[in-house]
Amino acid sequence: MTPRLMEGSEAMAEAMIAAGCRFFAGYPMTPFTEVLEHMARKLPAVGGVCMNAESEIEAVGMAWGAAATGTPAATGSTGQGLSLMQESLAEITLARLPLVVLNMARAQGDYFQATRGGGHGDYRHLVLAPGDVAEAVELVQLAFHLTATWRNPVLVMGDYYLAHTAQSVAVEALDFGPRPEATWALDGSTGGSGHAKLVSFLGSVKQRDDVGYDLSEYYAACAAATQSMIGAVAPLAECFCTDDAEVVVVAFGTPATYVKAAVRALRADGMAVGLVRPVTLFPFPSDIVTAATHNARAVAVYENNQGQMVDDVRLAVLGRAPVHFIGGLSLDSSGFGIAPDLDVSVLRRRIAHVAATTDATVPSAVPGSR
Amino acid sequence: MTRTTRVDGQIVVRTDHAPTQPAQLVDDFTPALIDVGAHHLCPGCGEPIAMRAVLEAVAELDVARRTIGVFGIGCYTAFSNNLDVEVLQALHGRAPSVATGVKRARPDTVVFTIQGDGDMVNEGLQEVIHTAARGENVTCVMLNNGVFGETGGHMTATTVLGQRTKTSLEGRDPVAHGRPILLASLLAQLDGAAYVARGAVNNAGNVARTKRMLLQALRTQIAAVGFSFVEILTMCPTGWFIETQEAPGYLADNLAAVHSAGVLKDVLGSPPQPGTEEGL
Amino acid sequence: MSITRGTVVIDTEACKGCDLCIDACPPEVLVMTVQTVNARGYRYPLLLEGCTGCAACSAVCPDFVFQVYKYDTPLDVGAQTR
Repeated sequence: MTPRLMEGSEAMAEAMIAAGCRFFAGYPMTPFTEVLEHMARKLPAVGGVCMNAESEIEAVGMAWGAAATGTPAATGSTGQGLSLMQESLAEITLARLPLVVLNMARAQGDYFQATRGGGHGDYRHLVLAPGDVAEAVELVQLAFHLTATWRNPVLVMGDYYLAHTAQSVAVEALDFGPRPEATWALDGSTGGSGHAKLVSFLGSVKQRDDVGYDLSEYYAACAAATQSMIGAVAPLAECFCTDDAEVVVVAFGTPATYVKAAVRALRADGMAVGLVRPVTLFPFPSDIVTAATHNARAVAVYENNQGQMVDDVRLAVLGRAPVHFIGGLSLDSSGFGIAPDLDVSVLRRRIAHVAATTDATVPSAVPGSR
Repeated sequence: MTRTTRVDGQIVVRTDHAPTQPAQLVDDFTPALIDVGAHHLCPGCGEPIAMRAVLEAVAELDVARRTIGVFGIGCYTAFSNNLDVEVLQALHGRAPSVATGVKRARPDTVVFTIQGDGDMVNEGLQEVIHTAARGENVTCVMLNNGVFGETGGHMTATTVLGQRTKTSLEGRDPVAHGRPILLASLLAQLDGAAYVARGAVNNAGNVARTKRMLLQALRTQIAAVGFSFVEILTMCPTGWFIETQEAPGYLADNLAAVHSAGVLKDVLGSPPQPGTEEGL
Repeated sequence: MSITRGTVVIDTEACKGCDLCIDACPPEVLVMTVQTVNARGYRYPLLLEGCTGCAACSAVCPDFVFQVYKYDTPLDVGAQTR
């Protein structure tokens, strides 16, 4: 297939369809809107349904209903819209339904919302964070595979840059292996059989077969399923020049592209610096970070927020090296995340400063302040 | 075996066995599509009566094998794991959007929602209005008892003026609490709504009329001419703080006086039946 | 002379004593027990002669207590129970 120049929103829409998505519901909100536009145009052409819902809560509700019929379904928004959806997302997880959720985020302040779960209760979502459009095409499809396999929602963390950056990509259907049959899915056909199916966040045991809902038993079973999922899903991360790195930088998403360029430039100047770019934000690639920072004398975390992923990095490093936060809010006046400090020279200075202040004997690559 | 026996000093007909004289079964204990008749809803609750009418309508139209019920959250949620039709549990107020997703993904199914007044008119007002405006071919059923029953008897958007609840202790007051929303009347104004009716279950005649409304609502959905809605006034003696036998009268005097029963809209139209009357 | 056209089977243990059937019965042939209660402590309905098999009781019963029959031939039971 010939690659074509496509903005991330369109590429992700194509990837969803390639993965088998046949139901999408959303509400316009920057920078998610174009994903909805592309799905509205493309889905009907393949016999799918795209709904412009009247609110984000209704969007996730519609996707819930479609998902319960066994139709591969997705929804999405930006951070604020995801906030509105949280009750439903928590309960969809308890209902053991597959659902892919896109967060086309503004900056990177939704890390906690995604990885800790912004909703009530003790559920977990798998979270995938593409670094560019090509990786987004792959991870969106992986998301559909994982959600069907584990009957647990999977969140794809995008951002403004990903949505609006055009890259040359060829969207081809990727085969991650067989998906389990959705024997639990509803289509009405077991009605009147004496064993009509039930899909519920309160449990799937019918009164006919047992005394009815036992929430303690059901929640325990859901927790066990969650732990199985966490144990089986391989955490993913990109490691760049970490084998001999004395300073390791950790960053996710499209800002990591800039950090990588800064690391490459510092390497060219002789600094033993490397980058770990988590691709699964949950399960967080702790072991990979631990291994990559094993010989480091300093770890620097860049993220476009007040410090969220840095907590997970600190847990993975576990005191063997100081962890410095070199990120921060960096927005333009619109707040959509066009970040002044996503500038290779700015990032070089910050990384070099960490290197210099951690060990005074090592000269910094660029003297002066951040 | 004699036909009669004596209980509490009175001669009564024995009712512990099927008749020995030739007879036809007119009505069985539990309707076909309800799995287990025993439930823990209060004595005198109108919701099981309404649930029976809904499921009997589904059975009568012979659509059980393609029906999916979407439940909201309220006392009636007790029936969500108790029916011989497929059920999808939704959140408080959120059944209409879930029903929309089901129906759009599987247009050949018959989809109904079961929601209380607190669920549909408080939490979920937006959802049902949009679903009606969109003309979704689903049937939303509201069990309206004018209170949040499951949480213990609190005011909802349909509570009538003067009705005493735990959050309107002296009776609902227009200045302090505003006025009730007459949802069926609102929905009937939307072009997307094809069938809108209000029934009640406080006496056998109303139960029969309500059952006909439910049949017509489902027929409207099957004909795919738009959104169908049946509001069913139900008794809640616990939430109304009255005796069970007073509840049918309370419903008639208070709820039905404001939320008047009858068919408000019927795009499909039913053939006129001789000798019947619609509405109260 | 009293005609009984139908009868009911009552699941007395399922009854929660709400009394709705009493007022719902058009020929007024249901009465609640006075002292006798079921295992859960609820009074339950008793049937007198004169049932028409109209099923109003089962229509209004929240606990699915009634099974309703209509006799092929109405019974002439005289006036002994009224």
